[in-house]
Amino acid sequence: MEHNHITLPEGSIEKTTTTLNIGPTHPATHGVFQNIMEVDGERIVSSDQTVGYIHRAFEKLAERRPLYQITPITDRLNYCSSPINNMGWHITCEKFLNIETPKRVDYLRVIIMELARISDHLICNSIVGVDTGAYTGFLYVMQYRELIYEIYEEICGSRLTTNIGRIGGFERNFTNTAFTKLEKFLNEYPKVLKEFEGLFTRNRIFMERTQGTGGISAERAMNYGFTGPNLRAAGVDYDVRVHQPYSSYQDFNFTVPVGTTGDNYDRFLVRNAEMWESISIIRQAYEKVQAFKGTDAEVYHADVPEYYLPKKEDVYTKMEALIWHFKIIMGEIDLPKGQIYSPVEGGNGELGFYLISDGGRTPFRLHFRRPCFIYYQAYPELIKGGMLSDAVVTMSSLNLIAGELDA
Amino acid sequence: MSLNNEMIQEILVAKFGDQVSQFATSYGMLSFESPKEINLKVLQFLYDEPSLGFTFLTDICAVNYPDQKGAELVVVYHLHNLKENVRLRFSVSTSLENTDVYTATKLFESANWMERETYDFFGINFVGHPNLKRILNVDEMDYFPLRKEFPLEDQTRIDKDDEMFGRG
Repeated sequence: MEHNHITLPEGSIEKTTTTLNIGPTHPATHGVFQNIMEVDGERIVSSDQTVGYIHRAFEKLAERRPLYQITPITDRLNYCSSPINNMGWHITCEKFLNIETPKRVDYLRVIIMELARISDHLICNSIVGVDTGAYTGFLYVMQYRELIYEIYEEICGSRLTTNIGRIGGFERNFTNTAFTKLEKFLNEYPKVLKEFEGLFTRNRIFMERTQGTGGISAERAMNYGFTGPNLRAAGVDYDVRVHQPYSSYQDFNFTVPVGTTGDNYDRFLVRNAEMWESISIIRQAYEKVQAFKGTDAEVYHADVPEYYLPKKEDVYTKMEALIWHFKIIMGEIDLPKGQIYSPVEGGNGELGFYLISDGGRTPFRLHFRRPCFIYYQAYPELIKGGMLSDAVVTMSSLNLIAGELDA
Repeated sequence: MSLNNEMIQEILVAKFGDQVSQFATSYGMLSFESPKEINLKVLQFLYDEPSLGFTFLTDICAVNYPDQKGAELVVVYHLHNLKENVRLRFSVSTSLENTDVYTATKLFESANWMERETYDFFGINFVGHPNLKRILNVDEMDYFPLRKEFPLEDQTRIDKDDEMFGRG
């Protein structure tokens, strides 16, 4: 008789642990991540990650694009805060080409970048809430992320992948509607953030779930290349905005919140505190922007005809504008030779652009330092020995964005 | 006294002599090169020497220069001294025939995936790496896509069947 029972692999009866596959698409991963975990009951013995499911070869694509065509690529890195990526890229280009931006542009950029930071942290923290079983906070704050997206929409016309700004400044001046919307946000959001904190910060269940899970020491975090809120939660006060100010961040007063244990709870607190700082920075920047009067208030870009597209009506009426328009669009402007590494403080850490030019029209090589690609390596160490349900919280509190991770 | 690029250069030259070369400063960042055989010695010295203290590895990546015969591939390390807030760029070059470079994973945990990415795209063989396999590309891939020998598609090509692209 043919035997029809299942033949198990050698040693599988003696094996006391279970192999569990989570992902690549799973409601708890909030992105395309696969983890193969070895679990003993509910405790994680070891885990192995697979990444790269949405790799799109951005670094190769960038090698044939003129600088201004690379901005849409950067949108798709950390898509929760794409304006920071856009600005980071423009700032890299401006440093590389020695373009000095007017102060008003810097301040407008600061407003946009801090709005993006708020929307990034907002998503991350509310998702941590969802993963600990509290859906309310998430639904509630989405309304206020919407306000931020409306501001983007008013400035550049799009919401998620913004492609906001140009090399040298912005494509147009901020409208009054944009400022009205900004004021509305500044009026309404602090109350909501306070309520959001009230829901979580001293919530017994939330504290029990997040304290002491997914912790990392400062030394290990540094060794693993952590940056951003995750490193600060471990107690290292490294912030690119302070260490290497760009876009006139030196003109603003803000503190860098730090934690001590580097666990999920501290990461949550650091992000919340950073949102308060961002609100204060936006207020300061808005005040500074309002101080520009008359023709100064019309300044929204630097005077760099080689890289900044001329106004459309000028293109139709002025010869020179037509020439520059043609040269920019056709990518006929040669870059200087050289190399530059320029970082900005992204939503989840130090986002770096390493640009090498050989004097051609496109970068010879462009490398993105993606913060979450680097710190996601620590994930097995963070969750080892913990419960499976804590691993889910740890993953969301690291603020992993698949688009950035896989580039 | 705060650390500056000249001091770093002096300390490095005093230690390694003419093995470290090509010192240059661009956009405020010091860069230099060394033979690939001593890359770990240099990294370890930068890490351990109290007056340098480059204990944070920002980034590892590679660049392919097809015209530099015998040194086609360059591995670039970006290091950061967080206390003094000084960055530097250190590179080693290797040929296409022998792409062995010692791994920095013993010094920096973060080098693990950065080196896997570099291997994935440029085929740098990091000697001593605990798990050197492809990370972003599929395992079956048998070439290294960011090398310059793989040009992007010619945008002016006309042999495409428009019907396949919804333009027929």
